[in-house]
Amino acid sequence: MQRVHEIDLETLDALGRGCAVLGTGGGGDVAAPLIAAAHAIRTRGPVPIVQLSDLPNDALIAPLSGIGAPTVSVEMLPGQSEVHRLREAAERFMGGPLSAVMSSEIGGSNGVEPLLWASLLGLPIVDADGMGRAFPEVQMVSMNVAGLPVNVVIVADLAGNVTTIQPIDGDWSERIARAACVAGGASALMADYILTAEQARGAVIEGSVSHAVHLGQSTVGAADPLEALRSELDARVLISGKIVDIERRTGGGFVRGSVVVEEIGGAGRLTRVEIQNENLAVFEDGEVLASVPDLISVVDTQTASAISTESLRYGQRVSVLAWPCHPLWRTDRGLTIAGPRAFGYAIDYVPVEKIGSSVV
Amino acid sequence: MSDDLRIGIDVGGTNTDAVVLDPNDKILAWTKAPTTTDVSSGIHAAIAAVLSDIGDRARHVRRVMLGTTHATNAILERRGLGRVAAIRIGAPATTAIPPLTGWPADLRSVACPAATVVHGGYLVDGHPLAPFDKAAVAAFLESVGGKVDAVAVTGMFSPAFRDQELETAEIAAKVLGADIPVTMSHELGSLGLIERENAAVLNASLYAVASDVTQSLARALAEHGLDVTCYFAQNDGTLMAVDHAERYPVLTIGSGPANSIRGAAYLSGLDEAIVVDVGGTSSDFGVLKQGFPRESALAADIGGVTTNFRMPDVLAVAIGGGTMISGAAQAPVVGPQSVGYRIRERGLVFGGDTATLTDAAVAAGRTEIAGRALPSHVDSELFAAALRASDRRLAEAVDSVSLGRHDNRLVAVGGGAFLVPDDLEGAAQVVRPDHGQVANAVGAAIALASGWWETIIPTGDGRREAIEEASDVARRRAVHAGAAPDQVEVVEITEVPLSYLPKPSVRLSVKAAGPLARS
Repeated sequence: MQRVHEIDLETLDALGRGCAVLGTGGGGDVAAPLIAAAHAIRTRGPVPIVQLSDLPNDALIAPLSGIGAPTVSVEMLPGQSEVHRLREAAERFMGGPLSAVMSSEIGGSNGVEPLLWASLLGLPIVDADGMGRAFPEVQMVSMNVAGLPVNVVIVADLAGNVTTIQPIDGDWSERIARAACVAGGASALMADYILTAEQARGAVIEGSVSHAVHLGQSTVGAADPLEALRSELDARVLISGKIVDIERRTGGGFVRGSVVVEEIGGAGRLTRVEIQNENLAVFEDGEVLASVPDLISVVDTQTASAISTESLRYGQRVSVLAWPCHPLWRTDRGLTIAGPRAFGYAIDYVPVEKIGSSVV
Repeated sequence: MSDDLRIGIDVGGTNTDAVVLDPNDKILAWTKAPTTTDVSSGIHAAIAAVLSDIGDRARHVRRVMLGTTHATNAILERRGLGRVAAIRIGAPATTAIPPLTGWPADLRSVACPAATVVHGGYLVDGHPLAPFDKAAVAAFLESVGGKVDAVAVTGMFSPAFRDQELETAEIAAKVLGADIPVTMSHELGSLGLIERENAAVLNASLYAVASDVTQSLARALAEHGLDVTCYFAQNDGTLMAVDHAERYPVLTIGSGPANSIRGAAYLSGLDEAIVVDVGGTSSDFGVLKQGFPRESALAADIGGVTTNFRMPDVLAVAIGGGTMISGAAQAPVVGPQSVGYRIRERGLVFGGDTATLTDAAVAAGRTEIAGRALPSHVDSELFAAALRASDRRLAEAVDSVSLGRHDNRLVAVGGGAFLVPDDLEGAAQVVRPDHGQVANAVGAAIALASGWWETIIPTGDGRREAIEEASDVARRRAVHAGAAPDQVEVVEITEVPLSYLPKPSVRLSVKAAGPLARS
């Protein structure tokens, strides 16, 4: 894959579209982060992207993400000082300067927001992330899957408070970081781990930023945007059809629900997409067609632009795409942390590329 | 008081319509005339036309309701806009996206020469983000004195906690004088700081346009010797009194579709239905829910600016009376081009040279044009195929807006309603009310006055009290908009569950509405 060297205004749009696809229905809306990033790029110039292999072993990387409630973040827009406060805390804790930032989660708004933070800090962004997609909880990151103990979690809220946490494991980092975030107004900036480049190798998902840009570029001007996106992802189109039913309910702080898609012009196939912030699993006649941690994206059939779970509506013409996740997520530990059972589905994970071959 | 008449006027892009209604909402007179470049003279002419129809009873006209595109056009054409000083209360948060980032540069330079972000604002739970920096507000306002016509203020979480916006208005009155108009974002918008701020700035820049409209309407009425109370139609299909319209001119944007849907509701006697207004160029589908237009969940874009106005959820399809037909019967091309208002020159049935859906409808016997007939050589197979294509698109639109219900009645109004077949797929019944061609003006005339309120409330303990409090605010706002205090009712309560919040919470929105108070 050809690597991207910087994000300018032109590649920014492509990155936004790609992050929306990798958001697999969740991860937060990219619209406001795109406005912030565009403003940052216009003010201070393009943001450089570096490869992990270009960094010396002891270079420090801060994986960053927004943490909090999407409903709050539309009101509590980012400031310009919280990322500096976070950097001070990180450098004090690590005893050395940060060399780069990284997106913790390439899917959705967290794939775009690091542009603002990197621009404000004058640092490059590492072409990598901690998920390769979007997940709803702090411990669902590749560094945790790779078995790296969490050295530190830093939460910087928008009032200026900084909370430095040394949790005993990933579950505690979620619990305590969430509490700090809520006290600070339910929307904050977070560094989950501070990694050396040496630690990051093999523990992060490399090439994510370039991948997202290529995804976004693939559909522009394509005669068949859906096919262009499918081929760039090497995805399967599970169904193309019309949304005929949507059910939403709340539970455990998340919006859960399901969406039924009916095939158009076919034998009337029906598939059901199960949702908990992200698209988690697809069923047909009780059979699993795809499930987490593989990626499932619902896109507009004509334009191939991703539709977030909260924007799904009756009557939309959509296609459901599914494609393999990063191999880290398919390890036993990866599946324990983010497999179907981690989300409450009593089903065993089967890789998406194997399901079709056994059925057909 | 027994013969208390009303005039409803709707100024659309193509036509200016007017109707006169009696106290029982019976239509006494109506007119449909082309909209003039100088909108005021079109209004003047429409009033003249209906008044001459009712003769002596003109002296019994007590109220006039106007739906107008003035504000929309002013923004689209960047014309007559006031200069606004924009203040945001939310630092140290929010500064990464300064006010008006994302506005078209030309609109921004006309409408908002100065903007600032000061410390203050609230968290979602009501805790202050930072001490409110009133000195910075005063200093900013002093620096813009004489260079701005109005002020717009937007505080973080002001829809729930509005005191800092109120304080800012007081400071503005002290620094810039009591006459300086101030738009406070909490009066206009719901959650979503960027969109609410945009709406507040647009509103503040429209004060002069609004007073132009109200004054020219007052002049037109005075010239006709009418001593009446005036109301303006809002984007949600309800009315506001003139003083309200002068304070919230931005709320008049998008009133056209809302008026059509409400008018169709009244004329058909239904309060749950799908409505289609078929014009010359497009068919606009909306949904009538408890007597009001269903609102769109998507942000409305006005002249390149994203806002969070409560706009009707309208699906426009390029099917209208003037839609052009070409191609062959096997593969008919139906639109999207339209001859529009020139149908009476260019349509075949009118002796013109262009095949349109009106011609196809005449050929199929769906309508007839008095004293006119199609030329003998028309391609009737092409016409039949074009109508089938048109029917299919209308049926798809019905399906899209129906949310899966197949028992909907479809109310067809507008000048091109004859294009809708009686047996349209997906519609249980097609209803064609009398006077459907002026449904939008009727909608303006019969509308209720309304108020609404939106905030975040906890579920469980305190939920009931929070809903009651929000309902009170909505009712008060309806009365302020002109509703009779003893007849205001809460017509809609919507609760949307929210994720990731500290306490289980919902976004609550309440709408109250009632008939206009007698003047």
